[in-house]
Amino acid sequence: MSMLNFFKGFAVTFGKLNHATKSGKVVTTSYPKEKRDKPPRLHGRHVLNRYDDGMEKCIGCELCASVCPANCIYVRGADNDPTQPTSPGERFGFIYEINYLRCIHCDLCVEACPTQAITETKLFEFSFTDRKQAIYTKEELVVDDTGKPQHLPWEDWRPGEDEHTSAWMRATSPSGAASYEGKVQWAAELGYGTRAPEKGQSKHNEEGNQ
Amino acid sequence: MFAGLDPLFLGDAGTIEILLIVILKVVIAFALLLVSVMLYIWWMRKFIGAMQNRIGPSRAGPFGILQTLADGIKLFFKEDLIPNQSDKLVFKIAPFFSIVPALLVFTVVPVAGDFSNSGDGTVTWFGNKTFVQLADPHIGILFVLAMSSIAVYGIMLAGWSSGSKYPLLGSVRASAQMVSYEAALGLALVAVLMKTGTLSTHDIALSQNGGITNWGLVITGFIPFIVFFIATTAELNSPPFDLVEAEQELVGGFHTEYSSIRFALFFMAEFMNVITMSAVMVTLFFGGPGGYYPSFGPAWLWGLFWFVGKVFIFASIFVWMRGTLPRPRYDQLMDFGWKILIPLALGWVLLLATLDVFEDRGNDGGLSQILVLIISVTTLTLLAGLLMKSIKIGKQRRELEGEEVFG
Repeated sequence: MSMLNFFKGFAVTFGKLNHATKSGKVVTTSYPKEKRDKPPRLHGRHVLNRYDDGMEKCIGCELCASVCPANCIYVRGADNDPTQPTSPGERFGFIYEINYLRCIHCDLCVEACPTQAITETKLFEFSFTDRKQAIYTKEELVVDDTGKPQHLPWEDWRPGEDEHTSAWMRATSPSGAASYEGKVQWAAELGYGTRAPEKGQSKHNEEGNQ
Repeated sequence: MFAGLDPLFLGDAGTIEILLIVILKVVIAFALLLVSVMLYIWWMRKFIGAMQNRIGPSRAGPFGILQTLADGIKLFFKEDLIPNQSDKLVFKIAPFFSIVPALLVFTVVPVAGDFSNSGDGTVTWFGNKTFVQLADPHIGILFVLAMSSIAVYGIMLAGWSSGSKYPLLGSVRASAQMVSYEAALGLALVAVLMKTGTLSTHDIALSQNGGITNWGLVITGFIPFIVFFIATTAELNSPPFDLVEAEQELVGGFHTEYSSIRFALFFMAEFMNVITMSAVMVTLFFGGPGGYYPSFGPAWLWGLFWFVGKVFIFASIFVWMRGTLPRPRYDQLMDFGWKILIPLALGWVLLLATLDVFEDRGNDGGLSQILVLIISVTTLTLLAGLLMKSIKIGKQRRELEGEEVFG
């Protein structure tokens, strides 16, 4: 019978040739041509958010810089001009730089931020030919007037990809605990990309990890 | 003897004409072989990708068909590194010991020609009758064996001249495997040669005209083909017998220190050998260019069609095996070669020889063919049983002596 099993193997690989069947389904994609959906918690490049009235959320507190394990964030705060404030509070971040040659996308800055000013998009497909380009400044990080992240020329945005880019998700999301099930963990004031509460672990699989 | 049986050399063609036709044949054969290797590697990667639920190469050209060309260009422009410790001359020559035999084997394979039932396997080019094969020496199929033996030198010298121990170990492993399976390969060949009574590849192909029952596969009784096929797989270092390289498990093997175009030559030789050995197998067991010849169109073209079709099927079976079978352990490989394939091939040759002798002598001794068959098979079974027993006892002894025994 072992001889028969030997030939069974050949039948298995031959069955894979028909891509229409379930066992022969192609599992790879022609990547740059077609992309597969990204996981909901993917950590990508950062954005600096604004309030609905256009005010910046960043208050220049430097908590993100101090929590960053890779030392990739550089922030300087300054007092707001009382007549033309940049942010609603006393101070604002007038320099904000992230060095993407160092960033490990751990999202600790997102957790540390008291005003939810810095969040991460799901974009990871960006590249640069120059060290200077790797350092994103505030002009590049801050969202545009509609609350969507800017599309920089060296970034590979596809249509629809910036829809859910305020993918603010805590690195260690408390939503994973059963008692948080059904509760929105973030204030729903994020301008763009406000999302429903996570369903928690019990239904996590139904939601689907793509 | 060099001229062989080709009617081109026997006819009244002038020297210049002969020279031109031969040069034309050389150029066509060389170009076609290189292109077919390119296409075969692409097909292999596509096919194996499909079997592994992948897409396979898809970028270079339509359906990625130029992928091999792109790889070749890349390898060609890489730095040709020659290790300091290496024996430089041998290191440089070794890849050619691999590629040249691979190319030469194809010279004796009848590629096309009128192999219909009444055909003589020739084609008329520019008013001269000739074979569609580069050379048809009398030694024919022995030339194939000789070339595959020389290819072992390429591997052995490559490993040795690298001046590093891993390639040396790899080449020892490779040459042990190739030499072992060459014995089984040769014995399986003997069966065909005995039945067809000639060494010339053209005559072997011609003798199989007239339908499947005349094919070497049938007249030698399947077993030599199976032995030949398995031994060829091992000889080609093609999976599942690719322990020589075993990318996933070992350092690269004999070509560890090679880079650039020299590495590409080894790579090319490997896949060229798959094609040429498939062609040899088709010639020996599957009637070469023989097949169904419709009345329209030139006959030699139909010969080419059948030949290419058969070779393609074989080459694809090699890919199928590559995508299916896991590697055996090295001692299993050696055991399989020496203890199963060689005795099997040898026993089958003896059986065929006995029946042949019986047919030649006629029924003068009062024995019937059935009786001869029964006696032969019984004797061979007895011998096989004794062999298995002795192998088993040998294994037990080694176990008693405390040696580590696998399998």
